[in-house]
Formats: sequence, C-alpha cells, structure tokens
Amino acid sequence: MTAASQSPSVRRLTLQILRCDPQQPEAAARLQPFQLDEAPGMTLYLALNEIRDTQDPSLQFDFVCRAGICGSCGMMINGRPGLACRTLTANLPSLITLAPLPGFELIGDLSVNTGKWMRGMSERLESWIHSSEEVDPCRLETPMEPELAEQIYELERCIECGCCIAGCGTAQMRSDFAGAVGLNQIARFRLDPRDERSDDELYRLVGDDDGVFGCMTLLGCQDLCPKSLPLQTQIAYLRRKMAALGIT
Amino acid sequence: MSARGVTTAPVDAVRIDRCARSSRVPAMLDMTQSLSGLLLALFMWGHMLFVSSILLGKEAMYVVTKTFEGYYLFGRSYPWIVSLAVACVLLLLVLHAALALRKFPADYRQHRAIVRHSINLRHGDTWLWLVQLYTGFAMFFLASAHLFFMLTHPAEIGPYASSDRVWSGGWWPIYLLLLLAVELHGSIGLYRLTMKWGWLQGRDALAGRRRLIRAKWGITLFFLLLGLLTLGAYIKIGIEHRDQLGERYRIGWQSVPGGEPRLSAESCRCG
Ligand code: HEM
Repeated sequence: MTAASQSPSVRRLTLQILRCDPQQPEAAARLQPFQLDEAPGMTLYLALNEIRDTQDPSLQFDFVCRAGICGSCGMMINGRPGLACRTLTANLPSLITLAPLPGFELIGDLSVNTGKWMRGMSERLESWIHSSEEVDPCRLETPMEPELAEQIYELERCIECGCCIAGCGTAQMRSDFAGAVGLNQIARFRLDPRDERSDDELYRLVGDDDGVFGCMTLLGCQDLCPKSLPLQTQIAYLRRKMAALGIT
Repeated sequence: MSARGVTTAPVDAVRIDRCARSSRVPAMLDMTQSLSGLLLALFMWGHMLFVSSILLGKEAMYVVTKTFEGYYLFGRSYPWIVSLAVACVLLLLVLHAALALRKFPADYRQHRAIVRHSINLRHGDTWLWLVQLYTGFAMFFLASAHLFFMLTHPAEIGPYASSDRVWSGGWWPIYLLLLLAVELHGSIGLYRLTMKWGWLQGRDALAGRRRLIRAKWGITLFFLLLGLLTLGAYIKIGIEHRDQLGERYRIGWQSVPGGEPRLSAESCRCG
C-alpha cells in the first residue's frame, strides 16, 4: 500500500471497464474492475494510462492530443458520452464505469473506429467545398467578412469525436441517421460562400428521414457535445431551410 | 456475356441522380406532423377551457354545450355540428398518428436500443421523448374510443349527460388516463416544436430553452390540475345524479312543454 492510499484525503477509485476483443468472439464482453488512487487534477486519460502502465498492458483505448482537440478518446463515462482527456475524476463518483461509444465499430475494449463512420458520413454528405473555380495557389484568396468567418469557424470546431452519435436516441435506433455531426457539416458548408451548392443540392443529401427530417429533437447532441457546439439551433435552421423547399 | 459488343450509350446514373429533383415528400411529412401536432395541442387547450366550464356551475357548462350545438346562432340545437367538429379532430388525429408512426421504434431491437439509451443517458429531453412515445401509443386507443363515442352520440353532452357517462357509464378511468396522456404529450410536443424549428428562443438560445422548459412544466401543471378538478366535478355530479340516470339538465325556460322556446333575452335566465 502506498502512503497516499492510507491518507483519508485521497480517494480510491474503481474503474469498471468493459473489456471486449472482437478478434476473439468466443470471449464474452465483461466488466473488469481496476483500482487506483486518485491524484490531484487527474483526468480519465491519466487514470487509464496509469492502469495500462501498472496493471494491464493489454487494455485498449485511443488517445492522441490529450487536450480535447483530436476527438479520439470519446467513451461512455457512467453511461454518458464524453472525452476522457477532458473529464476530471474529481467530478465523478469513486465508482466509474467506462464503455466504448455505441454505434461505432469496436476495435477492442474502449477503442472504436469513429474514423470509419465519419468517413462514410463525409462521403455520403459530400462534406467538402464544391467549387467549379480553378484554385490558383499563387493568388490571394477572396477575402471573407470576419463575422462570416467566425460563424463558419464556430461550426468547424467539431472534432468528430462521436459523442453526439452516442448521445442521440435516434442514431441509436437507426444506424443510417446522419446525426448532429453530419447535419452540422451541411450547415457549415451552406454558410461557406466558396461552396457553390444550392439548397436544392443540399436537400438531395439531407432532405429525408436519414437526414435532417429524421432528427427527433431529443437534444442529446446539444447537451453532450464536448465542444459545446450550437447543434440544436443549427439543426433547426437547416430544417427550416430544407422544409421551405417542400412548399416551393 | 455477349461478344457482339452492341454498346448502347452508357447511362450515367450519377448524373441522372444529380439532375433529378429529389422527392419533397419527406419535407411535407415533417411539416404536416408538426402542424397536426400544433393544431391538436391548441385544440386541446380550447377543449379543456370549455369542458372546465362545469367548475363555474352546471348552467355555464350547459350554455357552452348549447353554443356548440348552434342554439344561439340558429335558435335550435343541431348536435350534428358537434359530430362535424369531432370528425375533423378525428381526421387530424389519424393524420398525426400515422405520421408519428414513422418515428416509433420499428421492432424489438430499436425499442430496446432507445430504452437502454435513455436509462444510461439520464438526459431530460430524451426521457421526455419516451414519455411522448408511450402517451402517444396510449392515445391510439384512448382518444379513438372517446372521439368515436362523441362522433356517434353528439347530443349526449351536458351537465347531467356527461356526468352520468363519466360516473354511471364507467368512463372515468378512460378520461383520467386520457387526461394524463394528453396533457403530458401535448405540452412536451409544443416544447419539442419550439426546439425542432428554433422558435421563441430569442437571441440567447440556451436561456430561451431554459425559459421554454419552465413554461412547458407550467403548462403541464396548469392543465393537469384544471383537468383533475374538472373530472372531479363531473364525478361528483355523476354520483349525486346516479338515481336520476337519463334525466337531462334543463334550465328554467326549458321546463315549458314543447321543448326549447325561441330564444329571448329574458327567457334565457335560469329558473
Ligand atoms: C393516437 C394519438 C397520438 C399519437 C400516436 C402521437 C404520437 C406522437 C409521437 C410519437 C410524437 C413524436 C414525433 C417525433 O418525435 O418526431 C408526437 C409529436 C407531437 N404530438 Fe402527438 N400523438 C398523438 C396524439 C396527439 C395529440 C392528441 C396531441 C395534442 C395534444 C399531440 C400533439 C403533439 C405535438 C405538438 C407533437 C410535436 C410535433 C413534432 O414533433 O413535429 N399528439 N406525437
């Protein structure tokens, strides 16, 4: 026992981690408990690394940036999606249950393939600038109003961590639903003057029940987005624009 | 595989897809669902205010009833006017329910997914949707039963007729459940409408949402309370009136043999 664990001011944490290896389908998924002492300022990222370093090197989870920018460490924390690197253990009870984000292909334990899902979504919704203009890298770009650039940047902050999909009841019921991350992309490119697509063309991408009309406004995305993106207002705005085409 | 190599011009499926105007039906369905929900919810507010006139006394409710039978307009009662109104509401309800079916969990797997998700997430608005789902499902039966009865018995509305149905007719459990279902479903639905279309939120969308959710609970409580008091009033009259079952409420001038006299200011007074 370490000195710290005897001190009454240090909490002993139990992390129950859902272990599952899809490579070994015969081994059923199970919750495995790990114990460790809480350290000041400890995030789940730090706790998981400590467990992997000192207790079980086979534990799988994803991290890159440790600063809430890369979107790799999304997981279910006591049943709710969140980024491990941005979650302080001090804000959680001493029993913490961790599970992989639902709705994505499981790589193993807490590691899921959000990249594959995001790529599929991006290809389906064609979430890139569609422009017929020849790009000349030597020429100065057409300037943009700062307010507009701000607006686009606000939506561009999405890190595609997958928390909005894991927090969306609609997406959990219907796997083809584009989700807030996809609809936010469309809202973002709609704002961008460099993207020449008309609303008619965007309607083709999101004008059905797998797109914006599938959203049932459960607002899990809005309330659980680690980047606090204004998803509810964006989806409502997109819905108004797309619905307007229905009466023209 | 034919080696003759007759080549028709290759059809560029992608190009055709791009030229085709994609269906506007999903947009229409989405708007129709919202509009039907909105109309039903507003109708239910009016309905509750009219029904609760019993709290002001039997005469007040009787006057409301006669108004809707066209008595004060035509000088005679035409209960088929009530049937007509009921038919419209029934149509609206069928439309709304049919559109809502698009959102129902389609099978056991989807239902399990949404229930598990809600339990794990502990998230208010997700719970509210489940409440809407179940109350909506209950209304398939409760609302249909009520509307069908009113459609076919439009004349059986009145201080005694209604109270007898509630109590001696044994309808009170249906009305109680229907009250709970409608008030929860309607006010949650109106709140969802504001979020879904981005209405009434003001500049600060988050503050607007907090205001709207408070308003939603306020509306739920107000109508639930009013509804319970109203149902209580009908039950009370129903119990008191159980031995005169079938007798209809009359105000003074109606005890004149020969039925309802021509309406005049003085004859309208209660006896
Ligand atoms: C058989 C009866 C009914 C069923 C099955 C039903 C079902 C539903 C369902 C499942 C939803 C959620 C739709 C979604 O998430 O997109 C909904 C929405 C709604 N319902 Fe109903 N409902 C019924 C009756 C009523 C009644 C009587 C009212 C009025 C009090 C009402 C008012 C609303 C409103 C305002 C909405 C929100 C509309 C929207 O989201 O676009 N519904 N209904």
